[in-house]
Amino acid sequence: MKKVLILFAHPKFEKSRANRALIEQVKEVEGVHFHDLYEAYPDFHIDVEYEKALLLEHDVIIWHHPFYWYSCPPLLKQWIDMVLEFNWAYGPEGNALAGKICLNAITTGGSREVYCSTGYNTYSVNEFLKPFEQTARLCKMTYFPPFATMGTYRLSDEEIEEHAILYKRLVHNLQQGLNAEQVQGTSFLNELKLLKAIKA
Amino acid sequence: MTGSLLFQAIIFLFSAIICVALAKRIGLSSVLGYLLAGVLIGPFALGFVGEEGQDIMHFAEFGVVMMLFLIGLEIEPKSFWNMRKSILGMGGIQVVLTLLLSFALFESLGFDWKVALVISMAVALSSTAIALQIIKEKGLMDSTFGNSAFSILLFQDIIVIFMLGALPLLSSKETSHADGGHEESFTILQNLPLGLQTLSILLSVVLIVVAGKYLIVPMLRKVANSGVRELLIAAAFLIVLGISFLMEIVGLSPALGAFLGGVVLSNSQFKHELESTLEPFKNLFLGLFFMTVGASINFFLIAEEPLSIGGILVAILLLKAIVLFVTGKIFKLKVDQNLLLTFSLAQVGEFAFVLLSFAFGLRIIDQEQMDLMLVITALSMGLTPILSVLNERLILPNVGTKVAVKRQMDHIAKSQKVILVGFGHFGSTIGRFLRSHGVEATILDQDSNRVDFLRKMGFEVYYGDATRLDLLESAGIADAKILICAIDNPEITKEVSNLVKEHFPHVELLIRSRNRYDAYELLNLGHENIYRESLDTSLKMAADVLSKMGFRKYTLQRQIQNFIKYDEAIVRRLAQENKDEKNYIFKAKEELEQQERSLNEDFKRGIVEFDSHWDSEQIRETLKKA
Repeated sequence: MKKVLILFAHPKFEKSRANRALIEQVKEVEGVHFHDLYEAYPDFHIDVEYEKALLLEHDVIIWHHPFYWYSCPPLLKQWIDMVLEFNWAYGPEGNALAGKICLNAITTGGSREVYCSTGYNTYSVNEFLKPFEQTARLCKMTYFPPFATMGTYRLSDEEIEEHAILYKRLVHNLQQGLNAEQVQGTSFLNELKLLKAIKA
Repeated sequence: MTGSLLFQAIIFLFSAIICVALAKRIGLSSVLGYLLAGVLIGPFALGFVGEEGQDIMHFAEFGVVMMLFLIGLEIEPKSFWNMRKSILGMGGIQVVLTLLLSFALFESLGFDWKVALVISMAVALSSTAIALQIIKEKGLMDSTFGNSAFSILLFQDIIVIFMLGALPLLSSKETSHADGGHEESFTILQNLPLGLQTLSILLSVVLIVVAGKYLIVPMLRKVANSGVRELLIAAAFLIVLGISFLMEIVGLSPALGAFLGGVVLSNSQFKHELESTLEPFKNLFLGLFFMTVGASINFFLIAEEPLSIGGILVAILLLKAIVLFVTGKIFKLKVDQNLLLTFSLAQVGEFAFVLLSFAFGLRIIDQEQMDLMLVITALSMGLTPILSVLNERLILPNVGTKVAVKRQMDHIAKSQKVILVGFGHFGSTIGRFLRSHGVEATILDQDSNRVDFLRKMGFEVYYGDATRLDLLESAGIADAKILICAIDNPEITKEVSNLVKEHFPHVELLIRSRNRYDAYELLNLGHENIYRESLDTSLKMAADVLSKMGFRKYTLQRQIQNFIKYDEAIVRRLAQENKDEKNYIFKAKEELEQQERSLNEDFKRGIVEFDSHWDSEQIRETLKKA
């Protein structure tokens, strides 16, 4: 069974309805390490060595965060800046993360409709996530499409709960070895047929 | 008699004040001021002092003894050891080469070999007072030039003691007996065989070292504990006089003894207390000494032989300059640094006065020879600042590298001086953190045990009462950028802060305050950077309590910052209110009232709602309505 690391970054988790529901579903699952970055590093002083050791122990890395201004909250960027060191994560000798699976699990206030060439955000979430995709690629990781809970402004509690259950199934599948071929052609992991079929 | 003594004192002090102030005003060394004052009141100008000048000179030589004691205090055996290569190498080469060349010069001019040797000794030495002043003025103490110059001067300071010790060997016995004035003739050693003489000299040196450790330091500790300030001055004088007396009994130079005593005490915690106590006296005595020298310059001599004096002066300056330049070259100084070194040390220094008058007292040189050399020494010292200006304006701009000393990164800490007053629990944390950044704060502390310990840990520590201006000065506050006041006694804190603010407005003050009440007072005294020790830590603790109860840490982190900002605003506001009503009889009552006021402010503020950042609820509600 593969080990999953959820790197969660939310500066105001106590006020987040959607993320509370999502996290609730995955944080106690066996084989999943839920790592609450803002709680661990309220002063932004990241323990790089600990973070590196944690990465080495896991096969699947999930960057779980709200989508703020088309990107992640600052602490996660800080994490990327500091932890993904040259010649460790990338560079000629940087193979520590090679072969691991990496993906973003995000929540957005706006719906899918506003994230397209005709919507007011002009670009799709997948396009906005290109920096993360490239970061993963540079670290020789396999980047999966995002798991996106979108339109949280208008979603009802029940709808959010549905996403949360999907998230739990996704994590389960990742543990079971969900591979690149299986996710090919999907824009969002929320839409994987696999997740709908299994009744957990 | 008393009338004439008083009159003499008035003449000396008055002329010193006028001339030194004048010399300082036009940017010359105070040494030149004193010399000039001496010339003015001397027999060749106004004639206020005449023959009795010689007696005063002997008295004033005590200033030289004090100077050597203070130099000894400056030389910690350890730092001496660290600089040994440049001190012995550069200093040795400079002194030996100059001595040889000058000896050859004066031999060829037809002087007796003893005379030539004494004169060469004097010529080999430069003026610590003038050179160090030039270096300090230019802020070049940390440059290669500054280090080299200091090394050479230090070597000279030490070698002069041996020179002084060697001089009696050059004088023949009969003449030494004939002279009663300078050298006390009741030395008990003169009649002993040579072996015993050497033994007793060695014994007296050992005696100084042992007495320093087991007699003087305990005595000073007693004095310090008594808390009576003038006792320390008395003790300092007692030490210097005692050593001088011992040395005179065994026939050694008092200067050598004083130097030894200084070195012995340089590692004790009383070093800086002694330094700041004796420094003003030393300067005054030295000033008196320079004045008597100035008074004894024979101007008829210059008028009689202007050409030969001028010729010898130029020859000596050239000779010294060449030797210095070669020394600098051997030690791979860059040309500009080397030229600075050459020009600032080319003069004949104040030690020449000491050596020459001592040699004259021993009848090694005669009046005419001494006058000649005194004139040349004084002139060469007077020329130094002028030559330096010429070097800077005319030579340095043309030799390539600029004079500006570029400091590398690791020099920044050194060039920006930080003084840390108080090294208790609060100050030590600051000191450790600064040190972990390569910033060595100069520490002032009053606890002699702690001072001992800190010295062992390699800190630069000054022992004493920080409310004393002279201690702050010897800790180098004039060059300091920042002073951290980490004292726990609020009264002393106020005193130190005000003292620094008043006398050294360029120094940035960072002040620890025990509580908000002390903070009010400091604020009302016009201080800005105030650090309440009861603020940050207690908030951190409160935040941890809330965190354990389930509050998010990042939110608490932000709220701590908000609270500090809010609380500082309150302190500033209440300080203003506090200013107007000062008639509290009981401090406790006042403090209670202050606490009540801040609690009232909190009440007005109410329970803080978390800031609305990253909270999407507002957006959701707006969208719902739309």
